[in-house]
Amino acid sequence: MSQTITIDPVTRLEGHGKITLHLNDAGVVEDAQFTVTQVRGFEKFSEGRPFYEMPSLMARVCGICPVSHLLASAKAGEAIMAVQIPYTAKQLRSIANLAQMIQSHALSFFYLSSPDLLLGMDADPATRHIFGVAAASPAIGKAGIGLRRFGQTIIELLGTKRIHTGWIVAGGVTDALTAEKREKILAMLPEARTNIRLALDWYKSILPNFPGEIATFASEPSAFLGMVGEDGMFELSDGTLTLIDPKGKAIAEGITAEDFDNVFGEAVEPYSFTKFSYYKALGYPEGSYRVGPLARLNICKHMGTPEADKELAEFRQLESGPVQSSFHFHHARLVEILYGIEKVEEILNDADILSPHVRATAGVNRLEGSGFSEAPRGTLMHHYKVDVNGLMRWSNLVIATGQNNHAMNRGLLQVAKAYVRGNELDQGMLNRCEAMIRTFDPCLSCSTHAYGKMPLEIRLLGPNRELLSTVRR
Amino acid sequence: MSPAPAVDIKTLTIDGKEVSARAGQTILEVARENSIAIPTLCHLDGLSDVGACRLCMVEIAGTPKLFPACVATVEEGQVVTTSSDRLKKHRRTILELLFAERNHVCSVCVANGHCELQTLGQEQGLTHIRLPYRNPKLEIDGSHERFTLDQNRCILCTRCVRVCAEVEGAHIWDVMGRGIDSMVITDLHQPWGESACTRCGKCVQVCPTGALFDKSKVGSPHPKYPEFLPALQMMREQQ
Repeated sequence: MSQTITIDPVTRLEGHGKITLHLNDAGVVEDAQFTVTQVRGFEKFSEGRPFYEMPSLMARVCGICPVSHLLASAKAGEAIMAVQIPYTAKQLRSIANLAQMIQSHALSFFYLSSPDLLLGMDADPATRHIFGVAAASPAIGKAGIGLRRFGQTIIELLGTKRIHTGWIVAGGVTDALTAEKREKILAMLPEARTNIRLALDWYKSILPNFPGEIATFASEPSAFLGMVGEDGMFELSDGTLTLIDPKGKAIAEGITAEDFDNVFGEAVEPYSFTKFSYYKALGYPEGSYRVGPLARLNICKHMGTPEADKELAEFRQLESGPVQSSFHFHHARLVEILYGIEKVEEILNDADILSPHVRATAGVNRLEGSGFSEAPRGTLMHHYKVDVNGLMRWSNLVIATGQNNHAMNRGLLQVAKAYVRGNELDQGMLNRCEAMIRTFDPCLSCSTHAYGKMPLEIRLLGPNRELLSTVRR
Repeated sequence: MSPAPAVDIKTLTIDGKEVSARAGQTILEVARENSIAIPTLCHLDGLSDVGACRLCMVEIAGTPKLFPACVATVEEGQVVTTSSDRLKKHRRTILELLFAERNHVCSVCVANGHCELQTLGQEQGLTHIRLPYRNPKLEIDGSHERFTLDQNRCILCTRCVRVCAEVEGAHIWDVMGRGIDSMVITDLHQPWGESACTRCGKCVQVCPTGALFDKSKVGSPHPKYPEFLPALQMMREQQ
């Protein structure tokens, strides 16, 4: 008798999602879908607004990664203005983007995923959360909270607000960095270094506990897309995109924001509000690829900071060729946090970092512009069209989660086939499906909605939709 | 030597406080001279008064009518009340009507934190808008090189119209239409950037909301500085 299992909502994700598993007569998973159940409408309701207002408007897409949206939006605006922004503005925006990546990765790893890693996939859901982590290992809990505070404080020091700062604008930033703020950030670095070192060492020590998950969490080989700087160096803010095939060979390099729409397309599936990005030359779904920390570490030639380069070398030993198991997103995230801390220090020691020249001004010089940045969870692209007065006529946002959408759906089928048995449902099965999605740290809509205490239900339905059994959290 | 002309002094009571004023002064002027706060929105020191927003309504003993303090002049023996449950209710309702009429989204507005409408809402204890929002679809005029007009945030106080006509002397701003369809316009409803605007920016500085803003201020705090008006007026009188 065929059955349908629905996990709704998926917990410890940013935004609202639903998992649907279809089981055949023998109780074996035949198909699986990850559905994003919300529509936001930002592209539509921004129509008519001035393009110079777009960064602060688009930042509202997300409370976790507003800096990524600010950056992509400001860069699209700069393409419309046809300006090059001052060097110092670029450097300051890089610090903000790194700070946001650190705090967002800390949220994903410590708050959302570490309960599974520390307490186990089969642990009691009543204790499988950040408070459970803090009780079981206060040091890990403190490290996570400390790293998140580190990133958020930097953003606040630069842009006066932790979330949705208006500091990043088309043309640069509104205010220069002061010597006093610079010293404050530098003073926070030693503690951040200690915290990430602790987390990395601990994570590597528990990695052998998850062979099954590593083998089944979206480990099918795929292409990867990510930003690189000069000489293939790791980059998050100002670079071009490189697409590599599952064996690590570059398929397309030097992709600029202007090229993006020519190179990548978006497919629509009837079951989800999130689109499915693909490389046009290969079509959909063959041209599907993954983005995010795993992709970035697979693509870059080197990180460019000493400690992170050592960690990258170790990370690449996990598999031969590009690291394919999405379980290793966690590992990549921690390496990126380490890189971020090192890079923030490097940029703050730049001789020009306190320069007051941080904003370029111009009117509307082009009617179309695109900009991209690397959000914590992957490549983010904003594409705008305006009228002669700079009022928005059309926009399109390509977000990381759309680019990982196909891999998440394939991964869901893979993990469900490995763990879910229709006749013996339990909490561990349910949680592994969710944990696989969590490795991608998808940003489904905006801010985090932790539904940990809400009732979560798996319902087994018979062919005539009669309820056969229920597992309740 | 001829004696100085006698000043016509009126004595009255405002909120139980006995005050004296010169004949011809408005209740608002006298109240503020005596540190009695009356909320206003369309009034601005240095501009003529039109009594448009009705937020400064006060009660005068002996009549059930309410009077706008910005245009009502003092009378001998008047007993004025500037704050009562009835007035508070009216003021809150006026603010609710203003918020419901167009599209005021404080969180993404350039004037957030520096908006007179927002401040008044907070001061008057506005926590909800009980009326359905009209959500009108309104255009933005981005044609000006330096400034933007966002009709969504306009409350029709007409400060821009008055400052342009009375102080700058250009009179490019005016009001078009009737009632709820009224709109501030430049020239004869031509784009602002193509109008006879002198680019002085006075209208932006006196606008109480984010309806008129400086493009270069997007992303930064955008306080307005309308206090230049009385200073300008004083300098002109001295010349």
